[in-house]
Amino acid sequence: MAPVRGDGMRGLAVFISDIRNCKSKEAEVKRINKELANIRSKFKGDKTLDGYQKKKYVCKLLFIFLLGHDIDFGHMEAVNLLSSNKYSEKQIGYLFISVLVNTNSDLIRLIIQSIKNDLQSRNPVHVNLALQCIANIGSRDMAESFSNEIPKLLVSGDTMDVVKQSAALCLLRLFRSSPDIIPGGEWTSRIIHLLNDQHMGVVTAATSLIDALVKRNPDEYKGCVNLAVSRLSRIVTASYTDLQDYTYYFVPAPWLSVKLLRLLQNYNPVTEEAGVRARLNETLETILNKAQEPPKSKKVQHSNAKNAVLFEAINLIIHSDSEPNLLVRACNQLGQFLSNRETNLRYLALESMCHLATSEFSHEEVKKHQEVVILSMKMEKDVSVRQMAVDLLYAMCDRGNAEEIVQEMLNYLETADYSIREEMVLKVAILAEKYATDYTWYVDVILNLIRIAGDYVSEEVWYRVIQIVINREEVQGYAAKTVFEALQAPACHENMVKVGGYILGEFGNLIAGDSRSAPLVQFKLLHSKYHLCSPMTRALLLSTYIKFINLFPEIRTNIQDVFRQHSNLRSADAELQQRASEYLQLSIVASTDVLATVLEEMPSFPERESSILAVLKKKKPGRVPENEIRESKSPAPTSGAVIQNNVHVNNSHSKLNNSNANTDLLGLSTPPANNVGSNSNSTLIDVLGDIYGSNNNSSAVYNTKKFLFKNNGVLFENEMLQIGVKSEFRQNLGRLGLFYGNKTQVPLTNFNPVLQWSAEETLKLNVQMKAVEPTLEAGAQIQQLLTAECIEDYADAPTIEISFRYNGTQQKFSIKLPLSVNKFFEPTEMNAESFFARWKNLSGEQQRSQKVFKAAQPLDLPGARNKLMGFGMQLLDSVDPNPDNMVCAGIIHTQSQQVGCLMRLEPNKQAQMFRLTVRASKETVTREICDLLADQF
Amino acid sequence: MMLFMLLFSRQGKLRLQKWYMAYPDKVKKKITRELVTTILARKPKMCSFLEWKDCKIVYKRYASLYFCCAIEQNDNELLTLEIIHRYVELLDKYFGSVCELDIIFNFEKAYFILDELLIGGEIQETSKKNVLKAIASQDLLQEDETPQSFFDDHGLG
Repeated sequence: MAPVRGDGMRGLAVFISDIRNCKSKEAEVKRINKELANIRSKFKGDKTLDGYQKKKYVCKLLFIFLLGHDIDFGHMEAVNLLSSNKYSEKQIGYLFISVLVNTNSDLIRLIIQSIKNDLQSRNPVHVNLALQCIANIGSRDMAESFSNEIPKLLVSGDTMDVVKQSAALCLLRLFRSSPDIIPGGEWTSRIIHLLNDQHMGVVTAATSLIDALVKRNPDEYKGCVNLAVSRLSRIVTASYTDLQDYTYYFVPAPWLSVKLLRLLQNYNPVTEEAGVRARLNETLETILNKAQEPPKSKKVQHSNAKNAVLFEAINLIIHSDSEPNLLVRACNQLGQFLSNRETNLRYLALESMCHLATSEFSHEEVKKHQEVVILSMKMEKDVSVRQMAVDLLYAMCDRGNAEEIVQEMLNYLETADYSIREEMVLKVAILAEKYATDYTWYVDVILNLIRIAGDYVSEEVWYRVIQIVINREEVQGYAAKTVFEALQAPACHENMVKVGGYILGEFGNLIAGDSRSAPLVQFKLLHSKYHLCSPMTRALLLSTYIKFINLFPEIRTNIQDVFRQHSNLRSADAELQQRASEYLQLSIVASTDVLATVLEEMPSFPERESSILAVLKKKKPGRVPENEIRESKSPAPTSGAVIQNNVHVNNSHSKLNNSNANTDLLGLSTPPANNVGSNSNSTLIDVLGDIYGSNNNSSAVYNTKKFLFKNNGVLFENEMLQIGVKSEFRQNLGRLGLFYGNKTQVPLTNFNPVLQWSAEETLKLNVQMKAVEPTLEAGAQIQQLLTAECIEDYADAPTIEISFRYNGTQQKFSIKLPLSVNKFFEPTEMNAESFFARWKNLSGEQQRSQKVFKAAQPLDLPGARNKLMGFGMQLLDSVDPNPDNMVCAGIIHTQSQQVGCLMRLEPNKQAQMFRLTVRASKETVTREICDLLADQF
Repeated sequence: MMLFMLLFSRQGKLRLQKWYMAYPDKVKKKITRELVTTILARKPKMCSFLEWKDCKIVYKRYASLYFCCAIEQNDNELLTLEIIHRYVELLDKYFGSVCELDIIFNFEKAYFILDELLIGGEIQETSKKNVLKAIASQDLLQEDETPQSFFDDHGLG
């Protein structure tokens, strides 16, 4: 196509040439000011300008703006151009408005009017111009003004394809700033069905829109999954000639494929339907197979497009984390890429493998590539690739390979780029702690870290090594010996002096028997570093010295001399002076007993999770490589797409909420405004916090009756925190994962969940809870694992009390855990005959319990059946002669015994009532099951 | 979603900027400065992707021009390279062996073509033929005007 320059503006070209010919910045500014003055006078002048001239001047202004200069006039002239009947003038007007968005209210009304006119045009070129402008501005004004027109354009049968494409993306842009623009109801299915459109361009644009809608409302748009899978399958199996111009360098529709694969990642599991799942897996396999075929072209565009689809498919496989076969194949494929000659591919392969390493199905597979990854860390020319290799080593590290990986990372650290050292130090420290079986190894690693990269060892790292040494008696002597040796190096890092000073002060006596490290030798060695250190380290050393007086009375006078020297003007630092004076007096005045008491060995630190991990997370928000093998997927903390159950019901509101179940689900990620109010009184959570820290809301209990019938979901949510739960039970054992998500923009500190379950109750249900880090970073999620062992049957369920500080105010609330006794049910299948035989056997006074209660409005039998199926007992069909009645059987597993349990639920439709009967071999169980189930239907 | 696209020369001169997120002008200038410096400092064989703040940068050099896009964490890097390539192909087809000067002197056209390829940071039309058709129909509308302005210009209208 010949360049079309029919609208060429000579004046503009001359001006641009002038600017290009300017020899200096000053000359350029001068030329620009001259032009601005000229344009200003033209715009203000009496002579009316014609369209062409306006266009030319507006275009010059635009050029000046894009050079980086401020433009504060010309908006009106640009707006005038919008209504020109010459397309080229209109187009420049729109461009100016789009680039120099000005929300001046007078103008915006005029702009909106012009856009309205163009949207009505019969010429699709005009309509698209208007849509592009709306999308470019994308403000709320725009959303409000066009919330009717654009959805209509999108689904109307009369709209041309090119316009539909623009309309879909324009709507997406507006949806991002004003989510309420999307009409619900029948529109949903019409929008979803755009996935079936004949025109590939329309489908591509619509998929982007649907992806965003699904993120907000996964349930409502669930119908898109089947359509997306079949569309994807058709594309992947198409030959490259089938799709004509939508084939890109022999790859059929790569953009659409990638978008569809992304869309499916909003659901987990992607689908419940076996047929659809099979088709999806087949498609994913085809993509993996194609990666093995010889390339159809040598061009990098071909390989990029092909691999873009492949990587996205692998992302979906990792996301689903359920098909071991696919995960392993993905891993092999990525392994091949690790030695590809394209840097981009190596980088992406390392990145993807980081995710694979955290899946239990592919962790071992990833480890096979360890050598290549270590080589990448050492040999790659590009630091970002080396960094990625470090991330992967961190992610693939486990007890088996920890020593080797940590050693390799230490070796590399000596020559590593400055930009990645600090992060590497943290990673090495975390891995060494996490996988240490022999703590002498841990001590060696940390001291090596300080030796090799002392400047990058943050406080947290050396605090941590001291905590660990103090808590582990078996390593104390070794630590003392090792730091003593390390301190003998002629130049040693200040961090080494700190660790050495602290450890010798505590455990120097353990090596004092050896004449080479006799008390005086230790003291002189430390003191030889004193003058080279900062005041903070000196203060630490002074404390070490006073401890020495206690440990080694024989060197008291040497130490007192030092204190004397520093207790006067020789110490410019007031803190050091004071310490020296006080320590000196202490050593003179106090008796040996007092000294021994004051300077007693440090008590053990409370066991807690490493604080270094938090530092690493802070350094890289949003992209901390994990070093934890996922065993199962966790519910996401954010307004994620995977959460499908979010209705929190409080007793007093349960009826209300039941009838509003739909609206609640819709409000999934933005709770309706009135929820805030109802939350605060229905759940007794003191959202504002109690500034006096008193605990007047200790009775706050978040109702978890819902969780009688299910094991996973969102347990609790308010403005600050979301708590998801995932649990599984086998026999009398249970495992719970609690996922705390910080929804705020600031870290929650002193975060501390405490189990509320009395000792007496613990004898019946033993619950163990792992500690969590005290800081929950903004937007982050942490997981806490609980194990439960049912020893004998029990009533009620444990509670956890969660306290933390948010923006300086203390927050506290209690949440009941979904750990009621029914979780230990094993469903029991039986026929009518044996059911009624057992039923009759359990007819003793203490074996029966019955309750009659009013049904939730309206009486919902299928709903009741669903609930019972989630309760844990076996729902037995065709046992009761009355088909409306529901009967169940199950065995509760406890460590001491197994308790058989039968249940019958009889609805009375006229009275809208239920009668619940429970029979079990143990009285307490009978009552508890009856209590749990009463009023739930 | 693409957050923005920048075109700049080897000398660090910005030739085109398209922002799909609303940043204040000051921030735009800061981002541009930082990225231009970072990318110009990189060597030819290096990876085309960078972690940058909370997004990813994808860039590629064509002759004297660097094309640089910021995308979100979850977006596909390789395909973003191909969005850049498709844009270059479109410019090339339209201008006929495009060079930096074409983009300088016809910057408005470069914007119009980009608007046909991407809207709101999402790809709108991946078919080269269809984009060129859309641009051609715009030009056709201008052709219609030309005779009239020709007459205007010569006092014949």
